Amino acid sequence: MKAVITVLGQDRIGIIASITGILAEENVNILDISQTIMQNIFTMIMLVDLSKMKCDIQHLNERLGKAGAQLGVEVRLQREEIFTSMHRI
Amino acid sequence: MFSRNEIIETINMIRQENLDIRTITMGISLRDCASESVERATGRIYDKICRYAEKLVKTGEDIEREFGIPIINKRIAVTPIALVAESSNTNDYTPFAKALDRAAANVGVNFIGGYSALVHKGYTRGDRLLVESIPEALATTERVCSSVNVATTKAGINMDAVMDMGRIIKECAERTRDMGGFGCAKLVVFANAPEDNPFMAGAFHGIGEPECVINVGVSGPGVVASAVRALGDADFGTLAETVKRTAFKITRVGQLVAQEAAARLNVPFGIVDLSLAPTPAIGDSVARILEEMGLERCGAHGTTAALALLNDAVKKGGVMASSQVGGLSGAFIPVSEDAGMIEAVNAGALCLEKLEAMTCVCSVGLDMIAIPGDTPASTISAIIADEVAIGVVNQKTTAIRIIPAPGKKEGDMVEFGGLFGSAPVMAVNPYSAERFISRGGRIPAPLQSLKN
Repeated sequence: MKAVITVLGQDRIGIIASITGILAEENVNILDISQTIMQNIFTMIMLVDLSKMKCDIQHLNERLGKAGAQLGVEVRLQREEIFTSMHRI
Repeated sequence: MFSRNEIIETINMIRQENLDIRTITMGISLRDCASESVERATGRIYDKICRYAEKLVKTGEDIEREFGIPIINKRIAVTPIALVAESSNTNDYTPFAKALDRAAANVGVNFIGGYSALVHKGYTRGDRLLVESIPEALATTERVCSSVNVATTKAGINMDAVMDMGRIIKECAERTRDMGGFGCAKLVVFANAPEDNPFMAGAFHGIGEPECVINVGVSGPGVVASAVRALGDADFGTLAETVKRTAFKITRVGQLVAQEAAARLNVPFGIVDLSLAPTPAIGDSVARILEEMGLERCGAHGTTAALALLNDAVKKGGVMASSQVGGLSGAFIPVSEDAGMIEAVNAGALCLEKLEAMTCVCSVGLDMIAIPGDTPASTISAIIADEVAIGVVNQKTTAIRIIPAPGKKEGDMVEFGGLFGSAPVMAVNPYSAERFISRGGRIPAPLQSLKN
């Protein structure tokens, strides 16, 4: 199962380190990653593979949410299908 | 991989433009629950609903979390209760309403629809008992919704039922006087009622439906309003095309959620209802879309044309996005649940007659409209008659959900709270229809050719 992780918010040091640290701990593989500043907002988009994940999706969601709150950014984990269904026929 | 813009577009629809799945509604047949004994019938109803819908709420919540799309309501629709209760030896159907209420509370859904009767051509004994019990049923339960189909294109209009419903609506308002007549917000009068509508208060599980089914209603007026705003002064072809594309994207999410929910619950997927359903939240308004198209206020001349374009484009975009489309499918224009509609009424831009015209080209009808509490029952019946006539002649669904707010006058506000919002009390034509309504009988089915 693949998912898209997006991080939106104010840029600061350690955002990628914090998020990818959690992914490594839970055995989530990063397939693609991009980062940019869009309209003054730090935007990071990651495509990840959850197939060998050690925890369930809810637990990962909670961990990422907590890390986001500490960093003052919004972190979302969404299964890839929502983007496929909306943008691909 | 998706482009960055595609991902950000989806996220913004959810974050800023209130894109959500409005409802996952499980339809459950109760036809096998009938019994001569009321206790046995209501026991079977309670058990069956609890068994089938046990995992409905949790499944909805799981999908919401995994896909990051809010799913606002999980609801249940059942076989019209008049059909089930009719076999029981009783003249009091309220125990059926209470069984539905208890079952809904037990499985954690906020509304259950189907305390209903289909009387477009006439009443059976059970239909009459059910209709007469509606005020009591809605006043003594919290989650039960009721609907009565009084007309179809093929059968014409049952004017006896239209007359009765004017009185029943008045009684519902009186019985819930301390809540502004809230009972009426849970009661819909239909022409050509769809059997697979997932939206409350008019949802029921039609008699042609399977044992159990999952229907999904999408939403997203805010997404469409943003897309229209971004167009500036583009011409109508571009406008329609943009609404179509946006509706396609919204509906694809509905289709995904519907299929996922159906698979997880091991229940067939029924339909996606392509409706634009507003809420009182800022930026979640159908009226705002019409205003973005260039009308100073919803209700101004041009509103009907704007709504016709919107409704048609939503359907065209949605139909390609979903394998099965049904329900009401179009734009909803409930007054109390749409911040833009409320403002339009308060500004004097939108009146009952204009709303009636708008219902000729959109999906539902006169929805969540408060009128003065002293409006005569015959006038309410006449409003119903006008609205169902539009549905019957134009071969479409129309519905009336109207609240004669006890003790309130034109210009007052009635607060219902939550998704029901607050309704400005609207003026009603003061001239009487008493003699017309009291004739009784049926208005024949209209001719389907020679259409002009």
